[in-house]
Amino acid sequence: MAQIKFQRLSSASPTFWMLVLAHVGVVAAGLGAALFMETNGHRVTGMTNQIVWGTPHVFAVFLIVSASGALNVASVSSVFSRLAYKPFARLSGILAISLLAGGLAVLVLDLGRPDRLLVAMTTYNFRSIFAWNIYLYTGFMAIVVAYLFSMMDRRVSKMTAVNKTFGWAAFSWRLILTTGTGSIFGFLVARDAVSGGVMAPLFIASSLVYGLAFTVLVLLMMSIETHETLCTREMISKFRGLLIIFSLTVLFLTAILHVSKIYAAPTRAVEAFILLDGGVYPLVFWGGQVFLGNILPLLMLAYMPRAHSKRNTLGLASILFLVGGLAQMYVVIIGTQAFPLNIFPGYEVSSTFGDGAINAYSPSLPEILLGLSGISIAMLIATAAFRLLPFLPHGVPVDAHGVAQEAEEAMAEAGAAA
Amino acid sequence: MSSCSGDDEKAGMDRRGLLQSAGAFAATMLAPGVTLYAFGGGEAEALQARPADQPASPKQRWGMLIDLNKCSTGCNACVTACKDYNGWQDTGRADIDPQWIRKVTLKDPQTGVERSAPVMCQHCASPPCVDVCPTGASMKRADGIVLVNKHICIGCRYCMMACPFKARSFIHEDETGQKVNNPSGKGTVEGCTLCVDRVDAGQRPACVEACAKEGGALIFGDLKDPQSEISQALRKLPSTKLRADLGVDPGVQYANLT
Repeated sequence: MAQIKFQRLSSASPTFWMLVLAHVGVVAAGLGAALFMETNGHRVTGMTNQIVWGTPHVFAVFLIVSASGALNVASVSSVFSRLAYKPFARLSGILAISLLAGGLAVLVLDLGRPDRLLVAMTTYNFRSIFAWNIYLYTGFMAIVVAYLFSMMDRRVSKMTAVNKTFGWAAFSWRLILTTGTGSIFGFLVARDAVSGGVMAPLFIASSLVYGLAFTVLVLLMMSIETHETLCTREMISKFRGLLIIFSLTVLFLTAILHVSKIYAAPTRAVEAFILLDGGVYPLVFWGGQVFLGNILPLLMLAYMPRAHSKRNTLGLASILFLVGGLAQMYVVIIGTQAFPLNIFPGYEVSSTFGDGAINAYSPSLPEILLGLSGISIAMLIATAAFRLLPFLPHGVPVDAHGVAQEAEEAMAEAGAAA
Repeated sequence: MSSCSGDDEKAGMDRRGLLQSAGAFAATMLAPGVTLYAFGGGEAEALQARPADQPASPKQRWGMLIDLNKCSTGCNACVTACKDYNGWQDTGRADIDPQWIRKVTLKDPQTGVERSAPVMCQHCASPPCVDVCPTGASMKRADGIVLVNKHICIGCRYCMMACPFKARSFIHEDETGQKVNNPSGKGTVEGCTLCVDRVDAGQRPACVEACAKEGGALIFGDLKDPQSEISQALRKLPSTKLRADLGVDPGVQYANLT
């Protein structure tokens, strides 16, 4: 394979700067929202003593899970020695770090006492999967930075063994990290909707979808900014295949989760709530997570048009996968809490503290702004990195037929249509 | 003379010191009994105060037995007493109000029979809130009392997600007029402490004291002491632990629940 060239992002188009400005605006709004919440307390949010984790957590966990999956391309390149993915490995690595930073920022800014971040960084309870995650997240960043160094340093990058070692380390670490994130929910013995070991593999599969979807979208965006075809037809085909497999895996594990809980009598009520009669939650599950977030993009990818609109289809499918991801996190995090805890099995219960009642939740504007700012923080970090260092491939070798054939196909289709 | 008067003065001070010490000793020994009497709990066993220089002992496990046959639906004395003693306040919005203890109305769907049960932190032997807390702010004392160290609570609310009994509250706004024994603050989590300061002083929790004047449904004591009132009552009354299936071994038990 010819030596791969890399470039910095040098675009100065009005669109580029408008996008950057929009992200800066969202981040500013998010920080303002966090300050507002910190000053007034969580009273100004939709969160209560019944729904204790809200929209910020939906975005934060979504981004953290995506971060792990964003490393897909680099892992496929280094660990599974697929050379076609190598030009995108750097982008994949820096995107993983950016998404993780965005997710963690939201998580920290939502704390009741964000000023005690230092306490969280220095005082650990090692029985807590949350405490382990603090190590897993910071460790992930350190390992991916080292991995990127092994790819980008002129001398070290020639040492295949070193690169491979870091590739394996990052790959293993990301699997453990997402296992840890899934276990945050899986270890909640009293939360019938999510408790159980399947949450870890479900989160791993989900991370593969979201992370790859983010990677595809960033690649497509950077193709526009660099005026280069970074996402070649060959890669479109590969990404398409991977997304189909990952999405089917998510659907399969989601089915396992729900079927196993429907099978067990004590958890049937919560399943009925999530899947049938829980108001907004069945709608978000079936409409958002299953149909919009998986079935529709799967159909789009399965029946992909042949011409150059493939790129657009892949982009749209990726956006839908991300929408499905947010829907999935909404159901997992908020739907779980909306259903009342079963403290007195066999009794109908009521109290002044919402016992036995469905807990209401409406996301507030500060929460939504804080959550969205996580995505913008990630995008700004990635953009800054693209401008500062050569993360983007340059002159990506097109496949044998290349762009020229796409144009021929497009013309043929246009002719057929006429 | 001056030295003599100085000696007299010294002797006087020693006598005063002795009398003060004796008075303090007597007050320490009698106060719990007087308090119990004042609260109408004269028949309850006297508890031992923990010396300030001694750590909580694993030889004890504080717990509570709640006899639902004695707990009336309309009575809220335990909740009011807890609120008064610990100073947790209504916020004007029920969904964000802290509630260290609440009365839950239970209705048997088959018979329609209703009963009332106070629910608070169950002070589990294997508390999920302690397991999940990233900083260790959620902690269990050697004598089984589960507490929140508010100095290192970061307000992540993972303990609230993990608690099977919804026994923790997050403080959603600034508070004023907190009680000295409960330095509550915005952005942290709190819950029933079993009135740990009272227990350490040899007194019973505020809810138990208040209940003693009503139905006397709450019995507090050392679960590891076979002679304690609670241990004796547990031997007589069939009792259950909430969500026993989870294996968290609550220190609070319910009699006549079924």
